[in-house]
Amino acid sequence: MIKPKIIVLSGYGLNCEEETAYGFQLAGGDAEIVHINDIIDKIKKLDDYQILGIPGGFAFGDHTGSGKAYANKIKNHLTDQLNSFIESDKLVIGICNGFQILTNCGLLPGALTFNESARYINRWIDLKVVNKSPWLKKIKNLSLPVAHGEGKYYLPDKELSDLKKNNQVAVKYIKGEMYKEYGLAYNPNGALSDIAGITDKTGRIFGLMPHPDRALFFTQLPHWTRLKERYLRNGKDLPEHGPGLQIFKNGVDYFK
Amino acid sequence: MINRIDITYKIKDTRADIKKKYFEILGLKGKIKQITIVDSYLVDSILNNEQIEKAANILTNPILEKNSINSLPIDSDFDFCIEIGLLPGVTDNVGATAKETLEDFFQRPFLSGENIYSSQVLFFSGKLTAEDINKITDSLYNPLIQRVVVKSAEDIKKDRCLSRMVPKVAIVKKTLVKEVYLEVTKKELERIGKEGIEEGDNKRRGPLSLDLKEMLAIRDYFRKLKRNPTDVELESIAQTWSEHCQHTIFNDPLDEIKEGIFKKYIKGATLKINKPFCASVFVDNSGAIEFDENYLITHKVETHNSPSALDPFGGAITGIVGVNRDTLGFGLGAKPIANVYGFCFADPTDQTIYYRNKNKTEKLLPAKRILEGVVEGVNVGGNSSGIPTPLGFVYFDERYRGKPLVFVGTVGLIPKKINQRNSIEKKALPGDYIVMVGGRVGIDGIHGATFSSEELNVKSQSSSVQIGDPITQKKLSDAIIKEARDKNLYHAITDNGAGGLSSSVGEMAKLTGGCHVYLDKVPLKYHGLHAWQIWVSESQERMTLAIPQGKWLTFNSLMKRRGVEATVIGEFTNSGKCIVEHNGQRVMDIDMNFFHNGRPKKKQKSVKIKSKVKSQRSKVSSGLTSVLEQMLMRLNITSYEFISQQFDHTVQSNAVLPPLHGKGRVNASATVIKPLYDSQKGVVLSYGINPELSDIDTYYMATYTIDSAIASAVAVGANPDYLAILDNFCWSSGDDPNRLYQLKQAARACYDVAIAFGTPFISGKDSMFNDFNGFDKTGKPVKISVPPTLLISTIGVIDDVRKTVTIDFKNPGDLVYLLGENHDNFDPVKQLALYRSVFTAIQNNYVVSAINIHRGGLAIAVCKSAIAGILGIDIKVDKKILMSEFPSRILISIAPEKKEAFENLFSNNILSLGRVTENQIIKIRDLSDKTVVNLKTDKALKTYKSSLKDY
Repeated sequence: MIKPKIIVLSGYGLNCEEETAYGFQLAGGDAEIVHINDIIDKIKKLDDYQILGIPGGFAFGDHTGSGKAYANKIKNHLTDQLNSFIESDKLVIGICNGFQILTNCGLLPGALTFNESARYINRWIDLKVVNKSPWLKKIKNLSLPVAHGEGKYYLPDKELSDLKKNNQVAVKYIKGEMYKEYGLAYNPNGALSDIAGITDKTGRIFGLMPHPDRALFFTQLPHWTRLKERYLRNGKDLPEHGPGLQIFKNGVDYFK
Repeated sequence: MINRIDITYKIKDTRADIKKKYFEILGLKGKIKQITIVDSYLVDSILNNEQIEKAANILTNPILEKNSINSLPIDSDFDFCIEIGLLPGVTDNVGATAKETLEDFFQRPFLSGENIYSSQVLFFSGKLTAEDINKITDSLYNPLIQRVVVKSAEDIKKDRCLSRMVPKVAIVKKTLVKEVYLEVTKKELERIGKEGIEEGDNKRRGPLSLDLKEMLAIRDYFRKLKRNPTDVELESIAQTWSEHCQHTIFNDPLDEIKEGIFKKYIKGATLKINKPFCASVFVDNSGAIEFDENYLITHKVETHNSPSALDPFGGAITGIVGVNRDTLGFGLGAKPIANVYGFCFADPTDQTIYYRNKNKTEKLLPAKRILEGVVEGVNVGGNSSGIPTPLGFVYFDERYRGKPLVFVGTVGLIPKKINQRNSIEKKALPGDYIVMVGGRVGIDGIHGATFSSEELNVKSQSSSVQIGDPITQKKLSDAIIKEARDKNLYHAITDNGAGGLSSSVGEMAKLTGGCHVYLDKVPLKYHGLHAWQIWVSESQERMTLAIPQGKWLTFNSLMKRRGVEATVIGEFTNSGKCIVEHNGQRVMDIDMNFFHNGRPKKKQKSVKIKSKVKSQRSKVSSGLTSVLEQMLMRLNITSYEFISQQFDHTVQSNAVLPPLHGKGRVNASATVIKPLYDSQKGVVLSYGINPELSDIDTYYMATYTIDSAIASAVAVGANPDYLAILDNFCWSSGDDPNRLYQLKQAARACYDVAIAFGTPFISGKDSMFNDFNGFDKTGKPVKISVPPTLLISTIGVIDDVRKTVTIDFKNPGDLVYLLGENHDNFDPVKQLALYRSVFTAIQNNYVVSAINIHRGGLAIAVCKSAIAGILGIDIKVDKKILMSEFPSRILISIAPEKKEAFENLFSNNILSLGRVTENQIIKIRDLSDKTVVNLKTDKALKTYKSSLKDY
């Protein structure tokens, strides 16, 4: 079987392209990291890929607003390519800064604004899957890290109820395993309706603030040393992978 | 034409709420009704009205924000507003992004003179006095880098718009190269060295930090050439010879040590230990050890103290982004994979007022501002560069009030072979182009190298302050490390940091034996820089490369496609000379040998001071529970979780041990990362710092510091036989004979202990003048000097990250042990044996939790493990050793079934203490079985997190 081809964008301060590409690789895909200017310069074209990944990072240092400047670059140069990519039966994922870029491009509704604390935060949270996006198959709940300063999802009331009605809310912050472990606020940024990630109406374009790309290995879990004791005392082997991998698998499996 | 675009939030702006709370803490509770924040762009361009409108729209997120052009941005009532922007010439990262966005949108580069300047306006409503407003502006802006304008509602309503003045750099004077007359009196020579070259009007340029002997050597050299030096030559020599660049105190003779203490004690230890895993030590921008058969890991820890005292945010961000370049500039370029930090501050609640000058116009920043600014600087620098920061510390002492210490370090990864080339070898060939890559050159950072060699007083120039731009560097870093390096497009690379081009080109020219530079080719931020300023400016985010002429076009085309500016500024030669031209005029022409080796060595003498007797805090016999609670609140023991959580430690997906351990989230003193996705091999990092012991004896301090750094690493699972260390000496009054004696003692301890443990030094850095000379509120002179401070950082390699251990107790019923001896006689042989046994125990999966017993002794270690696990403990121990701080011991918990196997690994250095309990009570009994400590774990947790909880 031919592996689906994934393009992971880089450049201008995006910085999670390597772990995002590795997630797809581990899931059985053929991932390639491509600088956005190589698409603008027509050295690469989106057409040649099945999945577009926009990873996390600090494109343009979040200056003028997170995701804004990189989204302008996409809008200025890649609108046509991107539209035809989306119109075919293909997948898009935007993680963290990638999610901010997708909303600024207008590919997903709403906006991400400053955390309620007005401060960058990096810790683990729990998610519940609430829609049927192909990206979220076989997952009910999962824990992932967040790492952002502007992660509060916002949408005016009317559009928010449309979003819910259209089943576009994809993942919500809940009180799960990490909440039980650490007792910190389950919604880390004050997002409206606890929204952590959304999709377009088809479910194929997925944007989320938490980082599945930072939960690929068991030893990335913040409490893995405690879990390890439990496994050892029960005479079991340690798992190898982390909860984020399934999202990448779902992306790759969509094309199988 | 200048247009003003103001962008305002349409929805609730959480930034404004947080600011309001912040001002309330300053004592303005109830006085502020509302704050509105406006982000402003002053667009100085030839764009027409229609284009400006488009520009405003693309800078606005329509869901969150609205914009206004050349009109008042808010319609609600307000009483006054404060606008804060940057001073001319200070790096404006937001403005630069806005400019790039508009250039891309309009598909045309801005012309010279066109620019965008960002600022922020805070609109206040509420009844505030002039004094209140002063308090607010004082807390918001830094006069060294920012400008502030306060306007009342009436003023604004009259103008119906905010100001449209742009902070353009206006240097109109003609650029000159000056001849500096050295045939003058010795007194005048001394003055030139101390205060700098005369500018006319009796003004001086700022310190060259050259003493009389050095000035005489320079005079004699130019006498032989039958001419006077140019200012370019003198400035360049000054920075090359500076303490900051040549580490004169460590390298020059001290008493009977002719070769200097660095060669004898630091490098000497490494040579004697001769570990095969040492790959590159003391020769490059970082030190490197072997990671596996294909890779090396590098490490470097820097300080950025003086700049952080003046501008905490700018100093710290420049520090972290700068030390990243020590990784990028290692060998052919290593990839940064982790940052570490360490901050020494005064108590942030300290309200004492100090001034830099006698007439009390320049106030020292408050301790709290320094803390907040430094933390924010490392936050922005590290996070936006995409480098995880999994480890660090804060340490408090009132003697860091004048100068904070800001330690920043970066670990890197580099393949051993790149295109069949040995990656650690730098080689440049005569004829190679000298290429400058990255940011442009401005007047920022002039005299950084000579300035950090001086005590901080009013004459220290504010142009020494720079603000880092992590994104310019990230673009550069990606283009070099991820592309150009592996395409073999350059021969050598180095960091362009302290000393600017003069230092980086000068250093690299050693590889070929000369260089020829054309300063007019160097891209500038604005016109009007003098030749000497271009040559020594420390403008950030630059690297210098040696590129074979045949590869330049390929290299430059790659850089262009990555949005990175690269410029050929000259050629490397083998002429034996460093030649610099500017506009056709030869402004520097000196022998490489004199340039690098002409500095006369100082003869330093130390004078012994007596060591004091250490008093143990073991005298308390009753009320131990409340003593323990008091200790948990101490600034040097308390949680600094607010820092750990805002520094990204999960990016790059290499995290193994988080900065906070266990359910209770307790700060750890070591961490582990996994640099390669497909390998279980790990890198262990830890630190040790004990300035409080310097007051007793610096030999003891250094011994204890190295030992505790190693113990912390071993406690998470490091192999004591695969560890290397880095030294950072931060001293004060580096020419004071008593301080030199303390330095010599500490360096001697470094040698003795490193050899005893077989742990080599691979890199280090010193900062010798951490003194503040200023005035108190009555105008009386004061000098505040940091205590002799040594930071030891360890780096080690382990085979399997799954074997590592955290500090939290994990299971009720587990057995608790104290490992190590309870007295002050340090015996490295016994310590090493202990560490090896702990390593074996961890490798065999016997160890469930482990913590290095450090500040606060056994009692605090027990609390930390219990708090981290949110469990209880019931132990029995001799009260005398409960709170004593001896050389390192380790507290361990194990599963009961591992008891025999575990105990067999240790001889008489193991003490069984008791058990982990379910009941969440920390219970300590003395030898007569009397309960001396009875503390609920959740209470201990609250207390441990109380002191810095509002940050």
